[in-house]
Amino acid sequence: MLQDIIITGLISGGVYALLAIGFSLIFGVARIVNIAHTAFYMLASYGFYTLLVKVGLNFVFAGVLAVAGVTALSLLCYKLIIEPLREHESAVLIATIALALVIQELMLFGFGGHFLGIPSTLDGAFSVGGVSVAYQRVVIMGVAAAMLIATWTMLYRTRLGLAIRATANDLEVASLMGMNVHRIALATVAFSVLLAAIAGVVVAPVYVVDPFMWLGPLVTMLAIVVLGGLGSVKGSLIGAFIIGFVEAITVFALPAGAFLKGAVALSIMVLVLFVRPEGLYGVAFEEEER
Amino acid sequence: MYWLRRLWSELRNEVFVLPSRMLVLAWALGLLALPAVYADPYVMRILTLTCLYAIFAASWDLLAGYSGQVNFGHALFFGAGGYASSMLSLKLGVSPWLTIWVGAAVATLLGLGVGYICLRLRGAYLSLATLAFPLIAVGLLLAFPGFSGGELGMFGVSRLTNNLIGNYYIAVIAMLVLVFGMWLIADSKFGLVLHAIRDDELAARASGINTPRYKLTVFAIAAFAAGVAGALLAHYLRIAAPFLLETALSFQVVIWGIFGGVATIYGPVAAVFVLFPLIEWFGGFQGFGERRLLFFAVIVLLVLLFMPRGLVPWVRDKVETLCPRCKQRNPGWRAVCRLCEAPLSATDRPRSTAPRKA
Repeated sequence: MLQDIIITGLISGGVYALLAIGFSLIFGVARIVNIAHTAFYMLASYGFYTLLVKVGLNFVFAGVLAVAGVTALSLLCYKLIIEPLREHESAVLIATIALALVIQELMLFGFGGHFLGIPSTLDGAFSVGGVSVAYQRVVIMGVAAAMLIATWTMLYRTRLGLAIRATANDLEVASLMGMNVHRIALATVAFSVLLAAIAGVVVAPVYVVDPFMWLGPLVTMLAIVVLGGLGSVKGSLIGAFIIGFVEAITVFALPAGAFLKGAVALSIMVLVLFVRPEGLYGVAFEEEER
Repeated sequence: MYWLRRLWSELRNEVFVLPSRMLVLAWALGLLALPAVYADPYVMRILTLTCLYAIFAASWDLLAGYSGQVNFGHALFFGAGGYASSMLSLKLGVSPWLTIWVGAAVATLLGLGVGYICLRLRGAYLSLATLAFPLIAVGLLLAFPGFSGGELGMFGVSRLTNNLIGNYYIAVIAMLVLVFGMWLIADSKFGLVLHAIRDDELAARASGINTPRYKLTVFAIAAFAAGVAGALLAHYLRIAAPFLLETALSFQVVIWGIFGGVATIYGPVAAVFVLFPLIEWFGGFQGFGERRLLFFAVIVLLVLLFMPRGLVPWVRDKVETLCPRCKQRNPGWRAVCRLCEAPLSATDRPRSTAPRKA
């Protein structure tokens, strides 16, 4: 059971980390609470399904095309819907909710409400310490790890990453230092949705694909981001693995665990907030720190 | 006779002078008179549900719009009212007329609890943390199906009356009383303090306002109203199920609130009265049934692109203008202010006055 918990925790922690870091970056740079973030994750799963099963492409091609398509689509949505509303924060919020609903309904209309089965991209399994691990799960772990390293390199070793961190730290000063904050926001949205889309493609063969698959990860992702501190990449990463392991422990160790996993994860978030209102690694945005 | 004359003068001086107030009066009287004119069961049913959701949306606006505690888990209070009331009336056989108050009390207590936990949180943290509470509640309900009815919920909750029109009047009167009450609260000094807390909490504290007490009070009031609405809905639909608590409902109320225009109370009510029957009506068409949520989302997106501040403020700015001198509202067709007789139109105004804020 311990091995089960470790493997499951690592996998879901990795997937959550991809989602939460993207959400956190968008919030930090553009101050958008992007409810549609996991809708793009779902869109990538559906795109992967269509290209792999309906069109019959090789799974590498299908994955890359799905990720690229979803990223391009997210930029289009940002330009058409979010940017005209940027001054009105509450309007942006419900625009992202409405966008997520539109995507959900389009998927429901196009593919029906039932679960879609996606054939495993890599069959077979091996066993570690008595637990059999499917290769697909190894793929998820590998891709998640690679993307996390890539994100870290991008943020801390490139000029774009420096600009993103500077904008997240203080938008006005970054703008005064000559950074084009609009273009940085655009780049951040593209990069964040790219992470979400990659997560959507790699988990598609393992998790269920249905038009409501975005709701579960959405809530967990929000819990992680708040737990770790909004806008903090390190906090999101650590929060993702905390929540991933807590969920795994609840599912394997408690009797009605499957129902309670969300409740336990969210209770931990509430507890952390009770002690540290700005999350584990949060930066207090307002000057009015107490 | 004196009271009648007094009423008439109040009406003439306060209500008939502004088109928006006349509209509100016509709407309230129309709702009350409708069953006498057109008592179609389907229309009655839709309007009953609309009224109950309108209470819910208005209570969210009191909390989120006025005091800035943007609650993403408002369905918690709605569901708590519904579940508590149904459980009591179903398991102990208490009359629903009493259990509704118990449901509202449970919701109020939860409101105080959530408010207490969220006292130190602000902005997006508060929104995302409040999102968690109804989900925790759903998890608990599903984990103990013997007690809560699990995923299917509790059936056969008794109705307040079995009369169709009776139920309609209960909903309409509850809506009018609660919404008008919340509007009075929001328009009073208490509401002014809430505005201050939303705009700058630190400045409010520095001015000697006990902000935690105000925040807890507004949480309790909003939760009470939402709890009453939830209890009435559970008794009307005769079921208390997890859909009363789900995230979709919490998001729905956020959409209603922002679509109608925040910090107005009547905005979200108007939004519910526009959107809810519209969506039901769409649902009646062949082929639209499954796609109504899609149309809902598309309508919301389109309206937002043209009226980012919400539907009602946009309409109100079209039919009424703000007097540049005394800041009172005037009908759009007047040339001078009805109170201070300052010229209203932008061209007549002397150059020295500052431009009117949008």
